[in-house]
Amino acid sequence: MSPIISIRHLSKTYASGFTALDDVDLDIRRGEIFALLGPNGAGKTTLISIVCGIVNATSGSVEVDGRDIRRDYRFTRSQIGLVPQELTTDAFETPRGALAFSRGLFGKPPNPTYVEKVLRDLSLWNRRDSRIMTLSGGMKRRLLIAKALAHEPRILFLDEPTAGVDVELRRDMWQLVRELREGGVTIILTTHYIEEAEEMADRVGVINKGRIILVEDKATLMRKLGRKELVLHLQAPLAEIPAALAAYHLQLASDGNDLIYTYESDGDATGIASLLDALDAAGIGFKDLKTSESSLEDIFVRLVHEGAPA
Amino acid sequence: MNLHAVRAIYRFEMARTRRTLLQSIVSPVISTSLYFVVFGAAIGSRIQQVGGVSYGSFIVPGLIMLTLLTQSVSNASFGIYFPRFTGTIYELLSAPVSYLEIVLSYVGAAATKAIMLGLIILGTARLFVPLHILHPLWMILFLVLTAVTFSLLGFIIGIWADGFEKLTLVPLLVVTPLTFLGGSFYSIDMLPPVWQKVTLVNPVVYLVSGFRWSFYGIADVSVWVSLVMTLAFLAIFLAMVAWIFRTGYRLKS
Repeated sequence: MSPIISIRHLSKTYASGFTALDDVDLDIRRGEIFALLGPNGAGKTTLISIVCGIVNATSGSVEVDGRDIRRDYRFTRSQIGLVPQELTTDAFETPRGALAFSRGLFGKPPNPTYVEKVLRDLSLWNRRDSRIMTLSGGMKRRLLIAKALAHEPRILFLDEPTAGVDVELRRDMWQLVRELREGGVTIILTTHYIEEAEEMADRVGVINKGRIILVEDKATLMRKLGRKELVLHLQAPLAEIPAALAAYHLQLASDGNDLIYTYESDGDATGIASLLDALDAAGIGFKDLKTSESSLEDIFVRLVHEGAPA
Repeated sequence: MNLHAVRAIYRFEMARTRRTLLQSIVSPVISTSLYFVVFGAAIGSRIQQVGGVSYGSFIVPGLIMLTLLTQSVSNASFGIYFPRFTGTIYELLSAPVSYLEIVLSYVGAAATKAIMLGLIILGTARLFVPLHILHPLWMILFLVLTAVTFSLLGFIIGIWADGFEKLTLVPLLVVTPLTFLGGSFYSIDMLPPVWQKVTLVNPVVYLVSGFRWSFYGIADVSVWVSLVMTLAFLAIFLAMVAWIFRTGYRLKS
């Protein structure tokens, strides 16, 4: 199936000379939740802004459902809903009026029933006629999502959607995003909360210094780049690692009381059995052990600091 | 054409007018009434007729033009500047809306409000002085053309401004002085010969003259010159707006 968004050789250099995007290629699949991760200033918002028509690209092309975003801007923009990072709202407007405005702006005829549904889905119906300035931060965040959904888009961009949102509301938003995906909406989210990507995304893209350094299915990424750690709590502390165990690249921790062994989670042989044999042979006993798996956050930090994966 | 979008922006802008009814309508009506009291009754009673028209009646077209120009500029500039200031402009820029539709809706709303005010002031003036309109169609033509032209100027200012100070700078330091010096309260025949020539550089002279002609059939310059000049300003501002959208000036980086 052809991608719903196809980005080719996209570059953006601002008037200040800062290159925000450098020859980016990226395809977004229909109906997926795609998480775009990257540190501050990596180019995430610039990328979204170009696709949505807010920023002009310096070079390269973007197609939405096979149509060019410049030539067919009416079609491509009508397919997209954007939830911006900043809480930008019309303070004097009401949620109901704001949604009616957004819907009209995107070329849809008035539909009070649909507007009511969106406001109810986002728990804003009770405040539908309140001035936006009187809403809480969380409500304003939900209102921005409601506005982005007002014209029934097929693609939804969420730029840091849960920044400054409490845990409960964040869970509600994740649920909403999943429901939207089940309804056929493609979702692209940027986030600082990597647990959010880990929880929701089908695929993950990592962008750094304007370049996409990795795009991968989340599960594959976790398997390929994830590491596991075995911690052995020793019966007696060690001053140093015996030479016979050098091949295992062990680390000592907790003043010699813990021995840490790191191994690749997708390896056929973890080496744990031979390590335990080697410990036995060296006369090193342990009283407890635990294993832990690296999170997407660990992988992300490694990718950003160490560059593209091998 | 995305008529739903044009309607949405237009209604949004008009709703803003309703929300600020006191500031939008009552305030200009009161200030215009004060002009009538001061210029029409207090000073006007000591001034002879101008071109066969009582001074109180003579200043009515100029007063309407003063309101029309300042309100067109301030409404349109605020209308487009405010979303830039608050950041809600992202929605407009990401919407399937053409430049023509954006201009049509913002300028249309600003011009509508200015015309409404112009007509309210016309009604208010009738309470103070006798009025008759010799060429009503011409009057409406000048009213609409001027409101649209200066709403375009306001739109340009709203895009250009990067702070509230700049937003009020042009209306305060350019539009208002030009209107006062553009024959709103006098005929340019009353000026010394040199200033009669100098004043022709002021574009507002042509607007006021044409508008006054539509009321009383008296004008400082030919009505056709007034019309051509008004259309020329319209063309200049349209070209500037077209350039803004083509380059994305202050809208898109």
